[in-house]
Amino acid sequence: MTSILTNLFDGVAYGMLLFVLACGLAVTLGLMNFVNLAHGAFAMAGGYVCMVLVNRMGWPFFAALPLAFVSAAAIGIVLERLLYRHLYARSHLDQVLFTIGLTFMSVAAVDYIQGSSRVFINLPAALQGQFDLFGVGIGRYRLMIIVICGLLTIGLQMVLAKTRFGSRLRAAVDDPRAASGLGINVPQVFAFTFAFGCGLAGLGGALSAEILGLDPYFPLKFMIYFLIVVTVGGSSSITGPFLASLLLGIGDVAGKYYVPKMGPFVIYTMMIVILIWRPNGLFGRTAAR
Amino acid sequence: MFERKQFSTIAAVAAIAGLAAVAPAKAEDTVKVGLILPMTGGQASTGKQIENAIKLYMQQKGDTVAGKKIEIILKDDAAIPDKTKTAAQELIVNDKVNFIAGFGVTPAALAAAPLATQAKIPEVVMAAGTSIITERSPYIVRTSFTLAQSSTIIADWAVKNGIKKVATLTSDYAPGNDALNFFKQNFTAGGGEVVEEVKTPLANPDFAPFLQRMKDAKPDAIFVFVPAGQGGNFMKQYAERGLDKAGIKVIGPGDVTDDDLLNNMGDAVLGTVTAHLYSAAHPSQMNKDFVAAYKKAYGTRPGFMAVSGYDGIHLIYEALKKTGGDTDGTKLIEAMKGQKWESPRGPISIDPETRDIVQNIYIRKVEKVDGELYNVEFATFEAVKDLGKTKK
Repeated sequence: MTSILTNLFDGVAYGMLLFVLACGLAVTLGLMNFVNLAHGAFAMAGGYVCMVLVNRMGWPFFAALPLAFVSAAAIGIVLERLLYRHLYARSHLDQVLFTIGLTFMSVAAVDYIQGSSRVFINLPAALQGQFDLFGVGIGRYRLMIIVICGLLTIGLQMVLAKTRFGSRLRAAVDDPRAASGLGINVPQVFAFTFAFGCGLAGLGGALSAEILGLDPYFPLKFMIYFLIVVTVGGSSSITGPFLASLLLGIGDVAGKYYVPKMGPFVIYTMMIVILIWRPNGLFGRTAAR
Repeated sequence: MFERKQFSTIAAVAAIAGLAAVAPAKAEDTVKVGLILPMTGGQASTGKQIENAIKLYMQQKGDTVAGKKIEIILKDDAAIPDKTKTAAQELIVNDKVNFIAGFGVTPAALAAAPLATQAKIPEVVMAAGTSIITERSPYIVRTSFTLAQSSTIIADWAVKNGIKKVATLTSDYAPGNDALNFFKQNFTAGGGEVVEEVKTPLANPDFAPFLQRMKDAKPDAIFVFVPAGQGGNFMKQYAERGLDKAGIKVIGPGDVTDDDLLNNMGDAVLGTVTAHLYSAAHPSQMNKDFVAAYKKAYGTRPGFMAVSGYDGIHLIYEALKKTGGDTDGTKLIEAMKGQKWESPRGPISIDPETRDIVQNIYIRKVEKVDGELYNVEFATFEAVKDLGKTKK
């Protein structure tokens, strides 16, 4: 019984992590209709920034996390202004080719600067180990991930649904021409949204170093997971990817625990079944575009 | 952390190649070694260590042997067998190399095997560790290790040291399966019991569910083999889940505590017992000099891959000495058989029957030495042959 709860806990933590990593992609793909396969590169950038700050400059881990967000967002905004915005109107194939090229460049760049070995971020002692809660083993680090990611999700949902910026963004997505006719600065809204999505990825990258491992191949290794989250969740809201992340996280952990021989297939089987049942994802709009 | 230094080599190699082209009369006196290594991709640390060690050896011993100038031509295969094959073909046909060497992973070594047979030139395997490799061509010789060597030894040690129930966690690919099978065979023969057997996918992001399963099985120890690079993640999550506090030890071939990564793994790794061919803390004078020279040149500690490369180039030098500079491939491979020498890892030799390495396997425990984590050797199994072949 307790091992079921421990697995559930691990699954939720893993799912939350996937969500933070992938939700930026859901935003660019779903809201801006841009296929950004280089999303993982921003996550990696955040992770490496955090590693350098903590391990080499002696920053406390919690001070470095916001910096991981900020730096990934900054890189995001620079690239958006310089490169990405020229591709918004291009075909999806062009976008895929461009961003996959960018991914390979990021891999080579990080390999060149930091070397190809896997790196770790030194964690404060308070985040290490596990404690028992009514017999259920709770990993401290994973608990922190759940708290941070949970708060982020609530915050994001509030911003999108309740604030002026949220309604502008939704207007800009639904009909860019009408929105700009109403005085909304559409390119600015997109740039900001893009940067925010990159920042979230950066934060996710910093958080995931401990669990998923961080090396220059991060963007390629986890691209598939991000895409699964977005396709299964549907990309029209952030609730979809959120629930999809949780489902996949719990499914993956439970699958590997209970049927270790089949473990790696569980996540893909779930994806196939869900997509046969709902081709546009759990919360997809039918044939939106 | 690591500076990229290979450009200087490439430049040096290019310069040497340039010289050779300018002075064609000298070409006769050059021996070319085609080095195929993963310099990019997930296995790049293997490639870098071997390349570093070879450069170090050539700096120490000079680049001339038996009147011939040694020229290294480095090709990157990113551990992809197709690329290995193309690289080997180019090296043999265009560059007319006298040796092919390196090979970071088993599939790469196997891909080059038919070419070595066809071209009748020695293939010196400096990393890949599956038993079958040397059986695929009479021209293959190995200076690294086989997984059977360390896996059977750690099984024997575990049986003798009161470990009765073991859960295994191995990566699901050829070397992982080799490690698992050889361990299981010796461990169960000695009266031990494998209570849980998990094979993890090679690209495994999170060990959590597998480790939870291990913990619930309550074994005395976990036998682990994961490819270099994943060891750190494994050890961190092992500690996070409190398996160390539950009294479950980690044992395995030494890949999991590779010197290359060991010092970054944190104190969770303390007390891990592994069987392996090399530790940077090996107490011989030769090794102390080797470690000091390597550290001075590259700023990091050499791992078992570095020492395999160092011995690989040594074997090439010795073979050329024995043939008096004759570069006939068949004579060279004959010259390599039965070679014996003192390596930084200890005494080693090349088995004349199988062309595979015979070496001491050490049982080591991770301890803190001068504030750094090291594999400290405390027992030695002498002159271990590859058991993967002797059975046949």
